Amino acid sequence: MRRVGVVGVGHGKFGNRSDASVQELAFEAYRAAVKDAKISPEEIDASVIGSVPEYMKQRSLSGVVQEYLGLNPRPVWLTEVACASGSAAIRTAWMAIRSGLHDVVAVVGCQKMTDLSTPEILALMGRVGEVQWESVFGTTFPGYYAMFAQRHMHEFGTTREQLAAVAVKNHYYGARNPNALFRKEITVAKALASEPVASPLLVYDCCANADGAACVILATEEKAKKMRSDVVWLDGVGAATASMSVLRRPELTGLPSASEAARQAYAMAGTTAKDVDVAEVHDCFTIAEVMAYEDLGFCGKGEGGRFAADRQSWIGGSTPVNLDGGLKSKGHPIGATGVSMAYEIVRQLRGECGERQVPNAAVGLTHNVGGIGQYCFVHLFRRD
Amino acid sequence: MFEWFGKVSFCPSTKVDAFAQHLKDGRIMGSRCKGCGRISYPPVADCPKCLSGDFEWMEMSGRGTVMTLTKISAAPAGFEDEAPFVIGVADLEETGRCLAWFGKTIPEEEIRIGMPVQVVPRIFEDIPEIKVYYTLEKPGTTWTKGSSA
Ligand SMILES: [Zn+2]
Repeated sequence: MRRVGVVGVGHGKFGNRSDASVQELAFEAYRAAVKDAKISPEEIDASVIGSVPEYMKQRSLSGVVQEYLGLNPRPVWLTEVACASGSAAIRTAWMAIRSGLHDVVAVVGCQKMTDLSTPEILALMGRVGEVQWESVFGTTFPGYYAMFAQRHMHEFGTTREQLAAVAVKNHYYGARNPNALFRKEITVAKALASEPVASPLLVYDCCANADGAACVILATEEKAKKMRSDVVWLDGVGAATASMSVLRRPELTGLPSASEAARQAYAMAGTTAKDVDVAEVHDCFTIAEVMAYEDLGFCGKGEGGRFAADRQSWIGGSTPVNLDGGLKSKGHPIGATGVSMAYEIVRQLRGECGERQVPNAAVGLTHNVGGIGQYCFVHLFRRD
Repeated sequence: MFEWFGKVSFCPSTKVDAFAQHLKDGRIMGSRCKGCGRISYPPVADCPKCLSGDFEWMEMSGRGTVMTLTKISAAPAGFEDEAPFVIGVADLEETGRCLAWFGKTIPEEEIRIGMPVQVVPRIFEDIPEIKVYYTLEKPGTTWTKGSSA
């Protein structure tokens, strides 16, 4: 079976980017990825856009991006599965290459989140559950994860301090990532003193909306090997879903879509959780990172809080996680996030992350969740 | 008539819209698939198990147990007046779950995971058009027409 390799990665600055349109953000990341791949744009056969158009004024987004990137008349399509749209785009690019249809595909995750006001975004995101039976009670996105947190604390004794430990770590590393929105370290005390959002979650448990873009270029094994010597291979792709409604989830202490996607990805890549040297997980809220440790098998069920507090997810711990600052510190331009995760893992596996580098990282994982786990994509990357 | 359900309606059209009429009359209704007998709460018109589109209404006891909860401080558009409010998810006795606000019979400091609750139909009194919903209340709380949460 032919492998699919990552030959170029690019990333723009995340944050309030009122200086740029969505296609201009896309271009920043695309240009960086093409330069990183040291290829000419003519070598790209197709592109896939990961984005969630409902947050933006621009409609039919893939068209405007494809034109701005100068890639007409080559094909483009959009993938949308909420906050997992970026990883879904990578998955379809992988499929296009494995099928033999295309040889080189650019994946661009791009998103404007600041076109809308905060209450508008809260209302829109609160409808991430089922609007018929849940949104009528004023549910919010943090509110859903808060209900997972409440249940996790009830069943496993997870504490507020353990949740805050996740935020402290992600801010520590985010302070060292030039592309991050928040570049400031915080303390557990500061996190615990922040304003309530949805109990038990406070402001510092929540990631911030941001504008931004990231790009990865994938290629067939033959082409990738010709393009560069340090190819990072996308050797395992897993994807799964779970019910839209929390009313139909058997339990609320983990995401069944995440454990299933992980199982598929580990099996395809022939790896286990123990082999993962560095991971990027979907920490839209601190509790989401705690559940990810468990769903991905980095620790046992119910042990995620302790895993965070014991610094097992720091460099030097058993599985370093979110060394780019995660969604928490980097910001969450929802369509770009999955591609941003792949960018970080590829650079970790190439040894390019400076003070945030995991020594000799060879296997990396991304875990990208849509909504409240309705969708999850887990990807395993490896270098030779 | 499903636009009756909820202060802000996001789903005006559904095949189970009689739910809102039942709620207005003081009944919490689930659905039973006429094909295979599968019962659902919230009610559904179609059965993914046997693919039947034929269902009948089934009255629920409304008795349940709190599974999880959250107090929402940062409210979404349309709910600013209600904030902060406490939302709970209750496991219902017969089947399924119900997400709703806690009502006034349970003081906030007494709310706990695992506590028994009664789902009680409600009407928004201060809104001119018909607007119905339900709250999680102390077991034994009954619905009386015109009562407010
Ligand atoms: Zn049936």
